[in-house]
Amino acid sequence: MNDHPYGFLALFLGVALAFPLIMLAVAWLWVRCFQPAKPGVSKNATYECGLEASGDPWIQFKAHYYLYAILFLIFDVEVLFLLPFAVAFTSLSTGALFAMLLFILLLAEGLVWSWQRGYLEWK
Amino acid sequence: MSDPAPTPSPAAPAPFPAAGNISDTDREDLRRHGILMTSMEELYNWGRSNSIWPLQFGLACCAIEMIAAATARFDIARFGAEIFRPSPRQADLMIVSGTVTKKMAPLVVRLWNQMPEPKYCIAMGACAISGGPFKQGYNVLKGIDRFIPVDIYIPGCPPRPEALLNGLVQLQKKIKAEKLTGPDAARHTRPEAPSEFPIPVYGAHDLEPTKNPAVWSPPSPPSA
Repeated sequence: MNDHPYGFLALFLGVALAFPLIMLAVAWLWVRCFQPAKPGVSKNATYECGLEASGDPWIQFKAHYYLYAILFLIFDVEVLFLLPFAVAFTSLSTGALFAMLLFILLLAEGLVWSWQRGYLEWK
Repeated sequence: MSDPAPTPSPAAPAPFPAAGNISDTDREDLRRHGILMTSMEELYNWGRSNSIWPLQFGLACCAIEMIAAATARFDIARFGAEIFRPSPRQADLMIVSGTVTKKMAPLVVRLWNQMPEPKYCIAMGACAISGGPFKQGYNVLKGIDRFIPVDIYIPGCPPRPEALLNGLVQLQKKIKAEKLTGPDAARHTRPEAPSEFPIPVYGAHDLEPTKNPAVWSPPSPPSA
């Protein structure tokens, strides 16, 4: 056996492959030898609440929520940057301060814009 | 004076009952020396009977007793049956715990059909066995065994958790006695034994059909 530093990874890979394969093989053999498969209409049904599935799952629904997902990003990103901004506030240079204020202004502008368009009201 | 005939010692019960042509005494001797003799059938049944996963659903007040059996005071986990599965695909045991109304009966049968083999059914309480106090009514099924084969009946109204545990132990004994091959092989090993049972539909006045004649026939009147 060679002493490759990563040789044990090959061993792990072998065990990781053999373990599930042996189990699957035993299950397969068991079905072949002792326990015949018995599929059926209700057994193969998707729904498992005791009720029969009714209707078509391919329905259309309104993707209205995406606006709120986008608006959430405003607050999400703002919080992400406000915390380091507050920590480093006293040692910031003037340029960095103005850059940060501009950034917050841009985000706030997006919020104001969506508010004016009435996107904050659920319709 | 010693008895030459080998008799199984009643003092220490063997973990596995006798299999093959080794007597219980010899096996007990071997076991004391750290050698466990068993057969695949016994090992299979031993594993199965000690890890019964029930289907998690309750139909009436018996379900409260079933829940109590799962709590710390009665602790069904001592018998390996604490893993109540929310899906019939993963369940071995259906505990019909309570009144099966005719509205509910098709759903119970469909859930039974969706359980994979090997599967077992416990009818818990008077209602699941026969309709109980509602037997003379119009809307309660007079026993779930009219539609699906029941392995263990637990009488009571409702049965106490100890009774459910006793029923579970009886079921474990039943599973341990099952055969893999031969003429009296277990139901799930026989290809011709059905795994799905006809699901009744709501008729104008009753379920249609009102029973599955393959699993239940009305008791004949006692002959004089």
